[in-house]
Amino acid sequence: MNLNATFISGRTVNQGCNLENKTSQAYFDAAAYCEMNSKDASSLGVEPGNNVKVTTDHGSVVVPMAICDGNPDGLVFIPMGPWANAVVDPDTKGCGMPGFKGLSAVVEPTDEKAPTMPELMARLK
Amino acid sequence: MSEMLIKNATVYDPINNINGDKMDIAVKDGKIVDSVTGSAQTIDAGGRLVYPGGVDAHTHIAGSKVNVGRIMRPDDSRLNNKPRTKVTRPRTGYTVPNVYSMGYGYAEMGYTTAFEAAVPILKARHTHEELEKIPIIDKGGLTLFGSNWMVMDAIREDDLDRLAAYVAWGLLSSRGWGVKIVNPGGGEAWGFGKNVSGLDDPVPNFEVTPRQIIRQLAEANEKLNLPHSIHLHCNNLGKPGNYETTLATFDVCKDIKSKRDRQSLHVTHVQFNAWGGNHWGDFESKAEPIADYLNKNDFLTIDMGQLVFGSATTMTADGPVQYANARLLKARWSNGDVELEDASGVTPLEYHPQSYIHGIMWAIGLELALLTKDPWQVLMTTDHPNGGPYVNYPMVMTMLMSKKRREKEIAKIAEKTFERTSIAGIDKELDWYDIAIKTRATHAKVLGIVEHGKGHLGVGADADIAIYDIKPDETDATTEYDKVEAAFRYAAYTIKGGEIVVKDGEITATPTGKTFWVKSTAPADGYDRMMEDLKMKFKNYYSVSMANYMVQDEYVEHPYVVETGYQ
Amino acid sequence: MIIKDVLCPFCGCLCDDLAVEVENNKVVDVKHACKIGASKIMGHDRIKAPMMRDDKNGEFREVSYDEAINESAKILANSKRPLLYGWASGLCEMMAKGILLNEEVGGIIDNTASVCHGPSVLGVHEKGIPTGTLGQFANRADLVVFWGCNPVQAHPRHMSRYSVFTKGFFANKGRKSRKVVVFDVRKTDTAEMADEYVQVNPGEDYLVLSALRAIVADKADVVPDSVGGVPKEKLVELGEAMKAAKFGIVYFGMGLTQSRGKYKNIDNAISLITELNAHGKHSIIPMRGHYNVGGFGQVCAWETGYAGAVDMSRGTPYYNPGETCSNDLLMREEIDAAFVIAADAGAHFPAQSIARMGKVPVIQIDPFHNPTTEMANIVIPTKVSGVELEGTAYRMDCVSLRMRKLVDVDFPSDEEVLDKIIAKVREIKGASS
Repeated sequence: MNLNATFISGRTVNQGCNLENKTSQAYFDAAAYCEMNSKDASSLGVEPGNNVKVTTDHGSVVVPMAICDGNPDGLVFIPMGPWANAVVDPDTKGCGMPGFKGLSAVVEPTDEKAPTMPELMARLK
Repeated sequence: MSEMLIKNATVYDPINNINGDKMDIAVKDGKIVDSVTGSAQTIDAGGRLVYPGGVDAHTHIAGSKVNVGRIMRPDDSRLNNKPRTKVTRPRTGYTVPNVYSMGYGYAEMGYTTAFEAAVPILKARHTHEELEKIPIIDKGGLTLFGSNWMVMDAIREDDLDRLAAYVAWGLLSSRGWGVKIVNPGGGEAWGFGKNVSGLDDPVPNFEVTPRQIIRQLAEANEKLNLPHSIHLHCNNLGKPGNYETTLATFDVCKDIKSKRDRQSLHVTHVQFNAWGGNHWGDFESKAEPIADYLNKNDFLTIDMGQLVFGSATTMTADGPVQYANARLLKARWSNGDVELEDASGVTPLEYHPQSYIHGIMWAIGLELALLTKDPWQVLMTTDHPNGGPYVNYPMVMTMLMSKKRREKEIAKIAEKTFERTSIAGIDKELDWYDIAIKTRATHAKVLGIVEHGKGHLGVGADADIAIYDIKPDETDATTEYDKVEAAFRYAAYTIKGGEIVVKDGEITATPTGKTFWVKSTAPADGYDRMMEDLKMKFKNYYSVSMANYMVQDEYVEHPYVVETGYQ
Repeated sequence: MIIKDVLCPFCGCLCDDLAVEVENNKVVDVKHACKIGASKIMGHDRIKAPMMRDDKNGEFREVSYDEAINESAKILANSKRPLLYGWASGLCEMMAKGILLNEEVGGIIDNTASVCHGPSVLGVHEKGIPTGTLGQFANRADLVVFWGCNPVQAHPRHMSRYSVFTKGFFANKGRKSRKVVVFDVRKTDTAEMADEYVQVNPGEDYLVLSALRAIVADKADVVPDSVGGVPKEKLVELGEAMKAAKFGIVYFGMGLTQSRGKYKNIDNAISLITELNAHGKHSIIPMRGHYNVGGFGQVCAWETGYAGAVDMSRGTPYYNPGETCSNDLLMREEIDAAFVIAADAGAHFPAQSIARMGKVPVIQIDPFHNPTTEMANIVIPTKVSGVELEGTAYRMDCVSLRMRKLVDVDFPSDEEVLDKIIAKVREIKGASS
């Protein structure tokens, strides 16, 4: 079962704490996860820490799932960083700012492994 | 040891009573001297006009609100673009030029000194970052005190020594040159979206009146023996009928005794404060009663704040007037309140000759200059870029020199203007000497920088010299105004501190100018009381630590410090 | 030794009341800072020496500073359309040098605002901005709105120092003096602390702003029953609360600048605040991210007339956001070299933009290894500004302050590296012309 969702990215404290520490496990833990509310998580049949694959028109990424019950139904969040960037929209619509928020996404459970930061970047070279 | 000799100059140097004399000017190591050796670099002026370098005592060239103007107006930055040359950086902007163009633009016109007229202490570091970047010219800044909590609390508690101590500390903190007062009390009232309505309308929550603020700051100014007098932007600016407030404001300082050879009150951009009528419908000029007052009283000076048709970016610490402007004109509006200190606003606008309001404003500036008998009392300014950008000074100079030039402008202006001003009937035409007074000599005198080598060509003065490509003997400025304007717009030579910085209107060198500021001692017991209050305000109300507040020396890399003291 | 009144080089709050304990030239403790600021000042593993590689998939080799600088200069001098991006974690002094370097190479200089508050600048072009210093809001605000921002996570001390809990002269009861409202698409930690949380449908902030403008203009009759997921009654209540406020302040973040509408959201929010000034006093201010991203806008404006995205290929500054912003340039595949300094494009640009950087030489100036390093050909480590170097930064309210130096290190500063690159570029260009 897949979840049709709206995707957003944004800052968090832990992502901020590791901005100058991006090769560390701590940064991975701070930026490589996808938050959704408990209801959406159970509809997907995933537990916190299980991997999910988030796909938009612009790409897809595998990250662990985390619960945030502040999210309304169908809203998923990945902290700003390389994992979120794998799915955001590079088109600025003529104003300089890419689409980091409000994208249509499909979220599905997966057995695939979440990529490390260097693995993600290696795809782009 | 660099020497220069300017030969065959027709010199106008009003501070030294030189009125069109044919003479040579000798320069050595950046100063005017009696004579130089035969090996000096020689410039043959060939009878052309020579003035001391121009001085602008009231302009907005640096700091937060200028940058707000730039950021709000990419449309303006697209104007007047010039690529870099071997000596210059790229230039942008008309009303809000980039820092490089700001300095080059003044130098091209033969100006060598300009004072930024509104520096909030909390944002003074920013002002100095920009001032330091403006090439060629010497600079200074006037520090805002008129809505400051420290000031108002000291006044309410009738503690003049504490006030004087704060003024000294505020000038040190901001590396400022003088006491600027903008719409006294109005900035604080604007903190809650209100204004004060006149001299005796108490400032909400502070229980002091604009009258008290002006009066006490003027007394503190003289107690500290500051080089400049208080520099005042009156209450009710921008409102029809405000001339009554302006006249009453003059009277507030009538019996203040200046300790120096200067005015005890400078009132700025009076064009915006010489308005009659009760509303825009019966709006009219009241320049005559203002000029009349000046003709009867010599304790004060004013500057014109001349309007120039076309694009302007209005910027002032007078926050409420900018909101009113923006509402009236449906224009973009930026506001910039400064905690505990003042307000500010920035609004772009266009002055149209076919608007009789703008026509009347245009007329008022000129009337003030032409109806006041003593040329030393009225400084030529446009309150750059409020009345219009400073690059229009040469045009304003020709308007003062030529009735025909004024008539040419009058032909473009809405007719209703001339029922409500006297400008069309004024025959007076200023001469070369008067213009030298109005564009350099009296600016330097009013600021108190004559003794520091500015505004004149006497021995010992800074060798700041403008040579214009025009021969006064062979030129009738009353008819050949286009030629005069062209000559003033791009100097044949501008010499700054003995170095040629402009030749044939082109920038040839970009030395860094110095920044004037005043370091004043303060009454000791007043200082202690002031410090106690100040520490309390930093602890409770400022958003920065006191230790990080004052402008550090690193931001004034080329200081010219004048020490003065409490008497 | 304890150094007092230290400024924090992390976020736009630029807190200036930190106490940092330094022993033997090492930071051992940071007091008063938030978790992020303390983490930054305590420091992390850093790049030890300059590195180079020809193949982006190959291993770096350590090189001398001179070699890395000369090679960087060569790439920039020979490039037709270099992008000079980043700047936000540097000091104003180095930004001015960056603008000069961009002049020398005829490139485009852009900063992190491009992916942050760039749309806010566009909103200011349209409408101006009524704002003020943070102390003004602390002393006066009785209505505090956070719109599309989450200070609990991104600006942890903002609420205690400036906006909510702090006592002010007029707001003398601190939190109790203020009504706090949060507009967001999800119930954030900030929303948990608010008096009112208004949940807005993703991408519908513009509609909610328009409804509030109608209500403030006494035209509630045109507002439908529900706008952007918010019931009309709630909107009317909020609109009336805004009109009744003596001093209202709106802090906004990327929830507005990055959502559908982008700069139009900002234009609409500024219009609402401008109109509210007919009733009480109201201000609006962007929550800036990097501690000195505001400084880049200021320096770039006074140097060039524009706040960012300045193209010098014509010899005079040219600015056209949407054309001269980093991601537009990358996606149009115009860029033939990238110079990334004091910010991490690799971590914060869309993958497809970064893929373009994968095809061109990339020079990185940064103390730390990060995703940009993965894409780089040349890496030059420098001092950490505000910890190892003093200089100027602009707080989110455009107040300029002087950052302190806490410890000495042997790394060169950004400014020193830029000076050397500029000199070398001039040498190369001079020789070829």
